[in-house]
Amino acid sequence: MSFLEIDDVHKAYGHHEVLKGVSLNVERHEVVCLIGASGSGKSTLLRCVNALEEIQGGAIRIDGDTVTGAGVDLNVLRRDVGIVFQSYNLFPHMSVLENIMLAPTRVGGMAKKAARERTMTLLESVGMQDKAKAYPDMLSGGQQQRVAIVRALAMQPRVMLLDEITAALDPELVGDVLEIVRELAHGGLTMLLATHEMGFAKEVASQVCFLDNGSILERGSAQQIFEDPKEPRTQQFLSRVVKSGRL
Amino acid sequence: MTSSGLVTDELQPSPEPAPPPQVSRLAAIATVVSAVATAGAIYEGTLVRSYNDNSAFSSIAAVVIVLSSALAWWPCLRAIRAIGARASLAKDEKVVEARRLAARGREDAQIAIGYAAAGLVVVGLLQFVFGNDGAVASTFFDWNPIGKAFGDSLKAFWTNIWVACVAEVGVLVLGLVVAIMRLLPGRAGAPLRLIAVLYCDIFRAIPAIVLIYIIVFGTPLAIPSAANWPGALLGAISLTITYTAYVAEVYRAGLQSIHPSQSAAARSLGLSYSLTLRTVLVPQAVRRVIPPLLNDFIGLQKDTALLSIAAVAEVFLTTTFFQNTYFKISPVVLAAIFFIVITIPQARFVDYLIDRDAARRAGK
Repeated sequence: MSFLEIDDVHKAYGHHEVLKGVSLNVERHEVVCLIGASGSGKSTLLRCVNALEEIQGGAIRIDGDTVTGAGVDLNVLRRDVGIVFQSYNLFPHMSVLENIMLAPTRVGGMAKKAARERTMTLLESVGMQDKAKAYPDMLSGGQQQRVAIVRALAMQPRVMLLDEITAALDPELVGDVLEIVRELAHGGLTMLLATHEMGFAKEVASQVCFLDNGSILERGSAQQIFEDPKEPRTQQFLSRVVKSGRL
Repeated sequence: MTSSGLVTDELQPSPEPAPPPQVSRLAAIATVVSAVATAGAIYEGTLVRSYNDNSAFSSIAAVVIVLSSALAWWPCLRAIRAIGARASLAKDEKVVEARRLAARGREDAQIAIGYAAAGLVVVGLLQFVFGNDGAVASTFFDWNPIGKAFGDSLKAFWTNIWVACVAEVGVLVLGLVVAIMRLLPGRAGAPLRLIAVLYCDIFRAIPAIVLIYIIVFGTPLAIPSAANWPGALLGAISLTITYTAYVAEVYRAGLQSIHPSQSAAARSLGLSYSLTLRTVLVPQAVRRVIPPLLNDFIGLQKDTALLSIAAVAEVFLTTTFFQNTYFKISPVVLAAIFFIVITIPQARFVDYLIDRDAARRAGK
């Protein structure tokens, strides 16, 4: 039994089918990368895992617990599953410190003082301790995304979902953010990430899945997918990525 | 000489200098409008003087009126001068200089037209007030009854302010409650959603004056002890009911304008629906709706005058008593002035908030 089991998940918006039976197992401490064109269903799959989207078929299990369907306490599930979004989604009316402390204090029942201390430690580890009092609008995209990662980490999730977290960043800011993700991967955090950073996927992923049109067309080790893709669609996708200078 | 199919001489021909634009027509219009405005100002100046028995003060006022209408002439003359200069530059084939000068001349003419048009508006107003032998001036702006009514009217105006403040506090709270009810999700929220929708539909439909009548005269019949309540309180309650329906819609618009990604981020951290509402959505929504909210509040303040139909001794009712005593409508104009005096600072405050918000969004 795997830690995170995605079992034949179907998702549709009205008549438009976005996920057509996706199955994927993620082991503890594993880093799985989802690649594929925009609209292939990567983001939707991640949003289904922490129930931001309702699924119409199949099941998702975390550590043996089914977390989809009726009667699931979603708020408890989401404490275990952190997500970081492409557009950061920080709360603009709260300072960095307040953004990060909100969930641990209001949901996790942590004392304010302890939460503040841990927040400061976390901020320090991403080099942002001097920005604790700043508001999101005053920060660069890279800084905002680092805060968003810390905000998700502050709830001590068992799985992290990263949804194209560098796609909206200036090229020179991407490195800082990826460095943090690399550190999390080495630290043994289980992660499922959708990304267009092929080089990074190659480096950290223990498993790479190529999504096309709502299903996983091909999966395997990073080496296997990038060096020797079997499916013609995967080959076409990767050759286009190479042509655009992304790999 | 093309190196690519995307760029060709045919598509992007080399530019030819455009001829300088005409100044003379605009300058002519500016001259005519300025002349009419000045003539009107001179005529109104004499009217103002003769209405005030040629007093020294009215002479000064007349001179100010005439002089301010002359403001349009300075740019107008510059525009006229530009006509000749443009022609001579154009003859010397100095196209760029001629064009630049012509553009400046056209702008001068437009400035003159703007000033003169504003002057004409003022002339029109003065004609309305002082024309017909000053009938409007003597009926609406007779300072004698205004002075007699001032003390009692000001006291009565405090009732309007009290009612407005009480109603505004109630509206602020209840409006948010109704807005949140209207946005409740799922089947569990359906009955409350329905009630909120009905509330907004019904109480936005009933004219405020009708509701005031029903509440002020109906409540004591239904609840006998309410007969001892001050009419102003019952009036405040009915205004609260009406304006809650409006303000609920403002809040709802504000809540719906918060991007769904904010809610997704909050929920993904494990925050419950109500905690998300309280800590993430409502604080952002309230900030956004302050300008339209104040707009509705200004409306509410004015509607306190409707309490006069329920015999509440507020400013409109009080000034109409004075009107009946002196056979002049001027005291009622005083009530209008009171409302203007409290509304303008609020309007400017809303402008300030909107500007500040825009500046902040622009990252300044």
